[in-house]
Amino acid sequence: MSSRGSKMEEVKLFGYWVSPFCRSVEIALNIKGIQYEYIEEDLTNKSPQLLQYNPVYKKIPVLLHNGKPIVESMVILEYIDETWKNNPILPEDPFEKARARFWANFVDQKCFPALWKTIWSTSEQYEQNKAEALERLKVLENELGGKRFFGGDSIGMVDIVANFIGFSFRTIQEALKLDVFTEDNFPKLWEWAENFANCSPVKKCLPPQDKLIANFPPAYMGKTLVSSFQSRLQLQFHPPAAAK
Amino acid sequence: MAASDVKLLGARPSPFVNRVQFALNLKSIDHEFIPQNLAEKSELLLKSNPVHKKVPVLIHGDQPISESLVIVQYIDEVWSGPPSLLPSDPYDRATARFWAAYIDEKWFPLVRDLRNATDEQSKAAAVEKLFEGLKLLEDAFVNSSKGKGFFGGEKLGFLDIVLGCYLGWVRAGEIFTGLKILDETKTPALVGWAERFASHKAVDGVIPEPEELVNLIKKFQARAAAAADASSK
Repeated sequence: MSSRGSKMEEVKLFGYWVSPFCRSVEIALNIKGIQYEYIEEDLTNKSPQLLQYNPVYKKIPVLLHNGKPIVESMVILEYIDETWKNNPILPEDPFEKARARFWANFVDQKCFPALWKTIWSTSEQYEQNKAEALERLKVLENELGGKRFFGGDSIGMVDIVANFIGFSFRTIQEALKLDVFTEDNFPKLWEWAENFANCSPVKKCLPPQDKLIANFPPAYMGKTLVSSFQSRLQLQFHPPAAAK
Repeated sequence: MAASDVKLLGARPSPFVNRVQFALNLKSIDHEFIPQNLAEKSELLLKSNPVHKKVPVLIHGDQPISESLVIVQYIDEVWSGPPSLLPSDPYDRATARFWAAYIDEKWFPLVRDLRNATDEQSKAAAVEKLFEGLKLLEDAFVNSSKGKGFFGGEKLGFLDIVLGCYLGWVRAGEIFTGLKILDETKTPALVGWAERFASHKAVDGVIPEPEELVNLIKKFQARAAAAADASSK
């Protein structure tokens, strides 16, 4: 049964252009070659549809498939992989699949929050936050090892969930003159990031670098303006998950 | 499959460990339970889960799998015969995963907040938040069970395991604070579900008695108070 361009399929994505959680979903849809309508949400003025489709969290991304909403980026990724069987993003072998889920969780719950904190650090907090981020990246660098991607020869779920490390974080860090993720410290991850950002399903949905940089102006760092901007964005992003 | 081929590194009071035990029991998988001392972690645990150094860890053959929800899904996929833990339809699976994440990341931490609340006002506030969450879970139960006894329908499924593992700690929280969390006047369907869940043969005997957990709460609090005292001297 054709899963692409079928008249019965209607796929919509409610998103926010900065959000790496939204980006995960876009990359997965691109990998599978799924046509979808993208709807940009104004997070300071959420649409009635967003509130209707995600009443529990009121957040993006929301995937709408034939009128049915799926929310939470990791849940959406599994749904996409189970619904459209071409170009799988999870391995078929149950043990390898479990490993991929474990590492996707690690990136989502341990790496992203640590990196995000370094961006919003005051100068007093920076060194401590940087140390935590370095620790997490080291674990990830070890896991990558000699592989081209976490998914092997092609990108898979772990690479997708790590999109923030693969692209946006390096751009933001350069603009803010941070020194967390460097080629010297993490040569394997650095090379992974270059390869990742050049994959066509990823390239298709990356924001322009200058737009991204403009969104994180250095003038904000460490000043009280940060807290209002930060709280607006943090309305959208998952807070660090509670430890299991 | 010989029992020695499947090992579970765990600690009895951990709801995350209990979750895996339910799954193994439901699938009638012979296994060896290796209790872990979390204050002094074993070589085997550190080797099997070097990233988090936590239980549960399932060791199948010589392959370790960590994280309770990852393990439960692994069990469901490897021992794929009935009963299935996750539903077969992708949308239903997404719904189950959504609620599992909600329960773990949003709801159960509220039970901890209640235990840690020191005065009546913060206890009442914590209970109020718990009730709001339970109302959502009550609706989720009604939608998921489709008139049957469990989230999984006629049989125990993924969400039953995910929420059910916390019942001992919920009950312990009620005893410790003197406040009702599962209240038949507020969430009758969940109260009925909790009774059916606790008496299911795959569950019976797995969760420690609430009194044992209450004693653990008292121990943790004493330890925390002693540490606070020591650090303030």
